Amino acid sequence: MDFSIITGNIDVYLEGLKNTLILVSLSLIAGLAMAIPLAVLRVIGNPFIQWPIRAFVYFFRGTPLLVQMFLVYYGFGQFDAMKDSFLWPLFKEAYFCALLTFSLNTCAYTVEILRGSIVATPHGEVEAATAAGMSRLLMLRRIILPSAFRRALPAYSNEIIFMLHGSALASVITIVDITGAARIINSRFYSPYEAFITAALFYMAITFTIVFFIRLLEKKWHAHLQPADQSVITIEAPHENITG
Amino acid sequence: MKKFMVVLALCMFLAANVPAMAKEWTTVRIGVEGAYPPFSYVQPDGELAGFDIDIAKALVEAMGAEVVLVAQDWDGMIPALMAKKYDAIIASMSITEERLKKVNFSKKYYRTPAKFIAKKGSVPTFSKEALKGKTVGVQRATIHDQYLTDVYGKDVEIKRYGSQDEAYLDLVAGRVDMLLADSVALSDGFLKKEEGKDYEFVGPDLNDRKWFGDGAGIAIRKQDKDLEELFNKAIETIRANGVYKTIQDKYFDFDVYGD
Repeated sequence: MDFSIITGNIDVYLEGLKNTLILVSLSLIAGLAMAIPLAVLRVIGNPFIQWPIRAFVYFFRGTPLLVQMFLVYYGFGQFDAMKDSFLWPLFKEAYFCALLTFSLNTCAYTVEILRGSIVATPHGEVEAATAAGMSRLLMLRRIILPSAFRRALPAYSNEIIFMLHGSALASVITIVDITGAARIINSRFYSPYEAFITAALFYMAITFTIVFFIRLLEKKWHAHLQPADQSVITIEAPHENITG
Repeated sequence: MKKFMVVLALCMFLAANVPAMAKEWTTVRIGVEGAYPPFSYVQPDGELAGFDIDIAKALVEAMGAEVVLVAQDWDGMIPALMAKKYDAIIASMSITEERLKKVNFSKKYYRTPAKFIAKKGSVPTFSKEALKGKTVGVQRATIHDQYLTDVYGKDVEIKRYGSQDEAYLDLVAGRVDMLLADSVALSDGFLKKEEGKDYEFVGPDLNDRKWFGDGAGIAIRKQDKDLEELFNKAIETIRANGVYKTIQDKYFDFDVYGD
């Protein structure tokens, strides 16, 4: 085993780290931003709105991410109409293709996560909001969505981590992400163990950071579910009478 | 229990030794690629075909052994050989210093130069200056990748692909301006086809031994010296008895063996 090939080429990995972080965070932000309105419409919209959303979610959850990426990257490039259109400068870039695919993919999964937690809003909360005279929009903003986000957090943290790991596929379409860096090092030195264990450590470090921040958020949002503050409740030990 | 352990240990000992004793090479498993026309490609019916495939079959036949072809993605080719997924690689793999650190090679079985291709007229005069700012596609983990990285790494943007076929797709799609690869693979696998009609070779034949080595050889694990000898003999045999020429003429109208 020879880790000098890693330390000597660490800049390749750092470049990969940068690309992975940008790609994943932009995809997650875009995906979540699209998913919130879509999830709400999916629950309260009329059938004409619900069906296209259902079809979208079904397509992206029903096909592998790799197939979706090949469709966008190589598939669209096949059509001359596409190549002549104003969109081509965007689709020409591997980066954009990966970003688009990842955003839509994570969006589809997030819609389902949010839909589930919106539907699961306790009836009492809605009733109380109605009784207080809230309009539907206000109720959505103040009661239903905050409550749904709390319930969605554990499932969504999974989605964040899946997206991070799914982003390794970007290396297939020429992007040098962490996996792409590992493939370059592997191909140059024929040392798959060193190359990929380094990539694995990078991914683990990122996952660890994500988990840390999710836990902070959970502490804040789920404060009402935490065990009561120990400093407030003091349990006194019963007095013992030694002499008795 | 103790008895069982003894028997188990004995079984493991025997199992570990069987392949060593049976080194008769009655079957030889060959790792091939399948996405590098005309050297190796998958036919519409799913069968592997191409110059490498025919050579593999002919060489193993000349040894008097059975051939088993194992398809493997290019950048896992050498690791899979070392992991004993197969016994030899016949996949247009050039003999280079870097690879010789990990595996042994037979004598070359062909040698052709590398070349750039680009859209017709897009690179009127070839020079380092003319290439500045261009995007060049190359197959990852090849001698061409190494050459491009070392010689043009600072001047061009390099895009690395898992297979040559993917690189062709992106050249046609306009995502890369040029490709660097083996000249024969480029001409037979792309330029002579319908989708390659707007493209042409640019620049000189590249065959500097520092990067392009001594031609394509058969990669073998370092410990299998006997197999290396068998392959060297088999190459001589098919060169002498005309089988090599028959295979060559099936794919090319010139001598690919080189000097």
